[in-house]
Amino acid sequence: MATATAHHENSNYLNHEKGLWSWLTTLDHKRIGLLYFITVALFFLVGGIFALLIRTELYSVGETIMTAEQYARVMTYHGAVMVFLVIIPGIPAFLGNFFLPIQIGAKDVAFPRLNLLSWYCLLLGAGIALTSLFFGGADTGWTFYTPYSIKHSPAVICMALGVFVAGFSSILTGLNFVVTTHKLRAPGMTMNRIPLFVWALYSTAIIQVLATPVLGITVLLLAAENIFGIGFFDPALGGDPVLFQHFFWFYSHPAVYIMILPAFGVISELITTFARKTIFGYTAIAYSSLAIAAVSFFVWGHHMFVSGQSEFAGIVFSFLTMLVGVPTAIKLFNWMATLYKGSINLSAPMLYALGFMFLFTIGGVTGIFLATIATDVHFHDTYFVVAHFHYVMVGGTLMSIMGGIFYWFPKMFGRLCNDAWARVSFVFIFVGFNVTFFPQFVLGSLGMPRRYFDYLPEFQHLNRISTIGSYLIGIGFIVGLITIIHGLLKGEKSGPNPWGGKTLEWTTASPPPHENFLTTPVVTAGPYEYR
Amino acid sequence: MSTVKSSSTGHHHAHHYESADHEYQSSKQGVWLFLCTEILMFGGLFVGYAIFHHLFPETFKVGSKFTDVRYGATNTVVLLASSLSMALGIYYNQIRDKNKAVMALLFTLLCGVIFMVIKYLEYSHKIHLGLMPGDWYRGNAEELAQYVGGLEIPKNLPLYFSFYFMMTGLHGIHVLVGMGLITWVTIRTARGEFGPEYYTPVEGVGLFWHLVDLVWIYLFPLLYLVS
Amino acid sequence: MSFKPLVLLSLLLPGVAGASTFMPPAATVTAGEVDSVYAFLLITSLISFIILIGGMIFFVFKYKRKSATDKTAYITHDHTLEFVWSFIPFLIFMFVFAWGWKIYHDMRHSPEGALEVHVMAKKWDWRFLYKNGKEVTSGLDDKGQKAPATMVVPVGKPVKLIMASEKISAGSTDPMDRPVLHSFFIPAARIKQDVVPGRYTTMWFQLDQPGDYWVFCTEFCGSGHSAMKARISAVPVADFEKWLAAEGTGEMTLADKGRALYSSKACAGCHSADGTRVVGPTFKSAWGASRDIEGGGKATVDENYVRESILNPNAKVAAGYPAGVMPTFAGQLSDDDVKALIEFIKTLK
Repeated sequence: MATATAHHENSNYLNHEKGLWSWLTTLDHKRIGLLYFITVALFFLVGGIFALLIRTELYSVGETIMTAEQYARVMTYHGAVMVFLVIIPGIPAFLGNFFLPIQIGAKDVAFPRLNLLSWYCLLLGAGIALTSLFFGGADTGWTFYTPYSIKHSPAVICMALGVFVAGFSSILTGLNFVVTTHKLRAPGMTMNRIPLFVWALYSTAIIQVLATPVLGITVLLLAAENIFGIGFFDPALGGDPVLFQHFFWFYSHPAVYIMILPAFGVISELITTFARKTIFGYTAIAYSSLAIAAVSFFVWGHHMFVSGQSEFAGIVFSFLTMLVGVPTAIKLFNWMATLYKGSINLSAPMLYALGFMFLFTIGGVTGIFLATIATDVHFHDTYFVVAHFHYVMVGGTLMSIMGGIFYWFPKMFGRLCNDAWARVSFVFIFVGFNVTFFPQFVLGSLGMPRRYFDYLPEFQHLNRISTIGSYLIGIGFIVGLITIIHGLLKGEKSGPNPWGGKTLEWTTASPPPHENFLTTPVVTAGPYEYR
Repeated sequence: MSTVKSSSTGHHHAHHYESADHEYQSSKQGVWLFLCTEILMFGGLFVGYAIFHHLFPETFKVGSKFTDVRYGATNTVVLLASSLSMALGIYYNQIRDKNKAVMALLFTLLCGVIFMVIKYLEYSHKIHLGLMPGDWYRGNAEELAQYVGGLEIPKNLPLYFSFYFMMTGLHGIHVLVGMGLITWVTIRTARGEFGPEYYTPVEGVGLFWHLVDLVWIYLFPLLYLVS
Repeated sequence: MSFKPLVLLSLLLPGVAGASTFMPPAATVTAGEVDSVYAFLLITSLISFIILIGGMIFFVFKYKRKSATDKTAYITHDHTLEFVWSFIPFLIFMFVFAWGWKIYHDMRHSPEGALEVHVMAKKWDWRFLYKNGKEVTSGLDDKGQKAPATMVVPVGKPVKLIMASEKISAGSTDPMDRPVLHSFFIPAARIKQDVVPGRYTTMWFQLDQPGDYWVFCTEFCGSGHSAMKARISAVPVADFEKWLAAEGTGEMTLADKGRALYSSKACAGCHSADGTRVVGPTFKSAWGASRDIEGGGKATVDENYVRESILNPNAKVAAGYPAGVMPTFAGQLSDDDVKALIEFIKTLK
């Protein structure tokens, strides 16, 4: 309860209430953000272990540490856990929940109870999905393509229903963010003064609200297909397996932008603060996020260039996909221009931001290889695609999560992480990442298909390099985790604004008080006024 | 949730809003966004229906012969009436006429019950004939042919019943959820928690109920009147 | 980036393509064209990367923070610059889009008179069926290891594949044994096409170099996915003809088998083979024709149309003919029977 004591000098959201129960029933967006952090970190650990198992199996030709049946399952859970439980909730539900209300000067999100409910939806969904492990595990790949996924298998039913429930988590978070951004901005915080992180989350939220319901009905139909054999996706009753792909990608392509748009937002914050310079092209960056969100609904067919869809459809989807490249290029150029004549501080968060630009540029240009329909026919479903989306989603999203954590850590906990060790974690992750995934572009070009348990002997040396790189990434994340835990326990105390940031979160105490600000801020200028 | 201000009706708006109206406007926007997600979810089924109806018009024509238009029409009327009484429930809450509001909401609830009872009768009739979705279909072609006046029974008739049960089933779940929500706002109305300053939950539930009604308005012709 | 270097680059392309790429050796004309686009993309990507990341690294060193009180320039935007770096990428994207479209169009349209081979995919093997009834399946090599099925094709001639997915065992009634998605990928030809249950998909290629080429399945189809390989052996035309006529040829050609089914399954009762109108449309000159459909629309009589008309006769009834007359033959004709009937109809020119 907001009593007089809550506004005591040392009172903040962490010590405002005490005990496990106060965390499990909290309606404070900051605490919910941290609940998401813990959950997502645990799922990331699980997904990461699956990833290392995959790479270890692929170290040598033939069976290395597991059977083909086990491999199919490990690959499925790696994909499903990382996509649905790590990357999609990662930035919006953790960093977004924590900082969106503070950055617009609000006391909380619009619907705090829904916010808590959405966290429980994620837990429940994850629980249902992982129950499938007791039924032998799903082996369909995270895309659940029919008719392979129609086998009256309880494992697939669990996965589908789990994804359905976890989808509500995403919908409720998105709905909350849209209304919060519309209705709860502080006085003077007009839409062209909101930080770019908020713009990115807002664009993401629109996709979450509009696309996730379609995934919901798709996985519900998949579950019904496994329970009743309803026949929508089954040729035996005149159904169409390709229809499933249309439904699935109608959500899952926009979902790719649910994963990457918030990362763009984080990078805009990092670059301005650590170059101590106003962002170049605020409007262009803000609207390019919206443009990407809008176009994302009309490009799903580029996953299906060789599925037998008509030539006309293929060409239209290729054209629309090219259009996504333009706003993406705009962002990259604007970030680079922001560095010009700045005062650049190479602390760990900035290293992560620069690493993001490096990896995302590679991920972005290889996206054009895949959007070009003639080359995609060759690259489709090969390791080239695997390398491309890891460069975008891991190189993009995970680099910016790590950068964002180290950037906002002093705000969240009032302590600083050891910058030197944070940089060590960056070096391992960045180098390991390139060693892992760059060879996969070559493997894909040479024709090695994805989801392969075994491969031709001539692919072995590149696979070995890739596997070694994956261990380096693992070391990097362990170093990062230790740095974070050390920072939590022993970190140097930080003031309210250790980096010299200009957005509203840096004007309040570290850690912030229960209602974020002691007095509601009044905004009179844009978010990055370094004059 | 911590509450810092209270209005004359006794309602406390949440601490992060400036006023009761601010809270009302925000909640309403949230409900509308949620309704968009509902429409998109049902939209997936409608798209599927359009595709398969185009591919197999005969199957859908024969399938619809097993539905009873009288039941469907009754349910349409019942839901339309319930939408009207729901709107009245909101109106009487707005003018703080507690007794009339409770009566209107109880009538809405009764309509929901009638709808579900009729649905139950329809479902048991189809299950009796073995007209189940997909693999669970146990229909006997000769027996069924007599039922529809000697029309040939298409091989993929189960596909029609997959659509029938998925669409009406998902809709039926929404009716049940709506009935739960109406019960909740009826209790709160009876306790006198709503008035002209604060009636957000009734309005939100009302919007949801209208959507459920609207979906049925589309389902009725698509499943019952398709021939 | 100005436009001149781009023009220069595109002139350099033919030389760069092939040698500097990571692709397997190109075995078809189309593959060479794909490699040109690939080389163009590789070079433009490299230039973009150098501009962006080179610029980034340069700025990071040049404008490194010197003191805690550094002043920075206040630059909010520059419309000219922003236009330039939006519009030039846009032009490049449109250029590769159009280029890719042109090649894709050629990939999708097989030349007249291509050698047609039926391809059947199942968990986890490929099977090839030639028109003369010759069938190629996987076998065992000298060491008792599984030897992938080898499809022999003539060098320098277009080959069109008509692909279908089938159950593990043809007569199986096990509900778990259902056809699934596969994808036929020839890296050396830079083409792939999904094999979709319940319909035929087609692709074509023309191998210009004699040799042996890999075929991979690229759509995940279960634990045997990575073992689902086949070989293509491109040999001179004369050798191919000899091989095709050699032992292992089926008892009769597909078309002859279709003709036999045409009588034994009583298709002949309603569909003539000589152009006369009986109950249903005649088969004569039907192949490839565009046909009006009852209730509006048109359909080309191709593999998928004939297959659908046999298994779901009321889906697309020819205009002017009664609907609901023909019973379905689903369950009465095997997948191979349907292919034989299709081949028979093709011969009725």
